[in-house]
Amino acid sequence: MATTNTQATARVMMAPSVIILLLWMIVPLAMTIYFSTLNYNLFNPAETPFIGFLNYEYFLTDPAFLTALTNTLILVLGVLAITVIGGILLALLLDQAMWGAGIVRLLVIAPFFVMPTVSALVWKNMMMNPVYGLIGQFTRALGLGTVDWLSQVPLLSIIIIVSWEWLPFAVLILLTALQSLSEDQKEAAEMDGAGFLSIFWYITLPHIARAITVVILIETIFLLSIFAEIYVTTGGGPGNATTNIPYLVYAQALLQFDVGGASAGGIVAVILANIVAFFLVRLVGKNLET
Amino acid sequence: MARAVSTRRKVFFTVLAWTVGLLIFFPILWTILTSFKSEGEAIMTPPHFLFFDWTLEGYHEVQARSNYFLYMMNSVWLSFGSTLLGLLVAVPAAWAMAFSPTKRTRGILLWMLSTKMLPAVGVLIPIYLIFQKLGLLDTRLGLIVVLFLINLPIIVWMLYTYFKEIPGEILEAARMDGANLRKEILYVLTPMAVPGIASTVLLNIILAWNEAFWTLNLTTHDAAPLTVFIASYSSPEGLFWAKLSAASTLAIAPILVLGWFSQKQLVRGLTFGAVK
Repeated sequence: MATTNTQATARVMMAPSVIILLLWMIVPLAMTIYFSTLNYNLFNPAETPFIGFLNYEYFLTDPAFLTALTNTLILVLGVLAITVIGGILLALLLDQAMWGAGIVRLLVIAPFFVMPTVSALVWKNMMMNPVYGLIGQFTRALGLGTVDWLSQVPLLSIIIIVSWEWLPFAVLILLTALQSLSEDQKEAAEMDGAGFLSIFWYITLPHIARAITVVILIETIFLLSIFAEIYVTTGGGPGNATTNIPYLVYAQALLQFDVGGASAGGIVAVILANIVAFFLVRLVGKNLET
Repeated sequence: MARAVSTRRKVFFTVLAWTVGLLIFFPILWTILTSFKSEGEAIMTPPHFLFFDWTLEGYHEVQARSNYFLYMMNSVWLSFGSTLLGLLVAVPAAWAMAFSPTKRTRGILLWMLSTKMLPAVGVLIPIYLIFQKLGLLDTRLGLIVVLFLINLPIIVWMLYTYFKEIPGEILEAARMDGANLRKEILYVLTPMAVPGIASTVLLNIILAWNEAFWTLNLTTHDAAPLTVFIASYSSPEGLFWAKLSAASTLAIAPILVLGWFSQKQLVRGLTFGAVK
C-alpha cells in the first residue's frame, strides 16, 4: 500500500487546523506580551514607550489584583464544591428507579443550555431582587426578613448563579458514568450484606472517580474565565467585591483604555490557566491510551 | 429487570426527584410564565403562579421596540456560520488523525486541547485592536471567525472520537473490492460518519449560540447576537420583567430544545471523549 502517499495526504488534511490554531495562539499572545511591556494607553496611542516589567509591577502590586485573585479562587472553589457534591447526590438520585426519570433529567439539565446573560439577569431581577424577587418574598412570608443579595452578599450571589448553570453539567457527566456501572456488582455486594454507604464508598465512588476528575478540571477551565454573569449583574462591584481576574483585565482595557496594564493582567491570567491546563492535559492524555 | 424494586421505594424516589428537578428548573419555568404576564402583574406581591390574565403583551413589546429579529438572525448567522467553517477545516483533520495516525497524532490532539485553555482575556486586547484596524469590529464575519477559532479544538476532538469508532477493516475491504479514495469516502465512510458529524454540529451550535465573552466585547449593534441583546436589559430597562422574560424565553427556547436532544453527545464533546 502507498503508505508514504497516505501519510502525505494525511498531513495536508491536518495542515489547515494546525496552522490556524497555531496562528490563533501565537500571534495574539505574542502581541499581548509585547503590549505588556509598553506604556500604551488608547487615549494617547501615538506614544508607546517601552517600560519593561513596570506594567506587571503595577498590576501585581495593585490591591485590586489581590482582591480579584482571591475572588477568582473563591468563585472557582465555591462553585466546584457545590456542583461536585450536589452533582454526585443528584446523579445518585436520578440513577434510582422512578416514574418519569427521563423528564426529571430534562428538567435538571435545562439550566446548562440557558445563555449566561439570561440566567444572570433572571436571577438578578426575578429571584434575588430584594423587593419583588421570589426569594425575598418567600423568606419574608416565612418571617425571616430579606437579604439584598447582590449588594449584601455579592460574591455568594454570583456563586449561586454560576452553580445553577454548572450543576447540570456535573449531573450529566456523573450520571453517564454511574449508568455504566453494572447492576450485578452492586447486587453481589448487597447480597454480601454491604449497606448503602459502603457500596457507595467502595464500589460507586471508585467507578466514577475519573468522571469526577474530568468534571473538576473542565469546570475549572470555564470557571476561571467567568465574565458575562458579572458583567450583567454587578459590573464587578460593589467596589471590587465581585471583580475576578477576567473582569479586572476587561475593565482595565476597555473601560480605562490602559492597553499595557491590561496586557500584563492578561498574561498573568494565561499563566494561572496554564497551571490548571498542565494537569488536565496529563489526565486526558492518559485516558487516550485506553 | 435485574432486581425488583419495592413500590414504596419507587414512590419515595419519584417524589424526591421530581421535587428537586422542579426546584432546579423553576427559574426557567418562572421566566416563561412571567413572559405571559402584563408588566403590572409581573411584579405583583404576592406573585400569581398560574391564575393571572395571560397576555402576549411582552412579546409584542419586544418585537416592536427593539428589532428583536436582527439579533436573532445574528445569533443564527454566528452559530451556523462558525460551525460550518469549523466542519470544513476540522473534518479532514479529524479524518486524517483517526485513519492515518502517526507518532505525533496524540501530541497534536493534546496540543489542540491546550489551546482551548488559553483564557480569552489573554488575547482580548490584540484581537480587539486587530479587529479595529481591519474594520471587523461589530461585523458578522469577524465574530464568525472568532467563534470558529475558539470552538475548533472541540470540533476536531469530537469528530476524532467518532471517526475512531469506525472500524478500519471496512476500508480495507472496500479497497480490496477496488474502491478508489473518492468512492471510499463517498459510499463507505460518509454514511458511517454522518451521525458523529451531526452530533458535533449540534453541540457547536449550542456553544456558539450561548457564547458571551467575545460577543459582548466585540459587538455593539450590527452583528450583536441575542446574548448582547439580553445584556442590554441589565440597564434600568431590566425592571420591565414581562418584557425581559419574553425576550429571554425567545432567546433560550430553540437551544433548550436542541440541548435536550443532544444530552449524550454533550457529555462526549465537553469531556473530550474522556466520558462516554
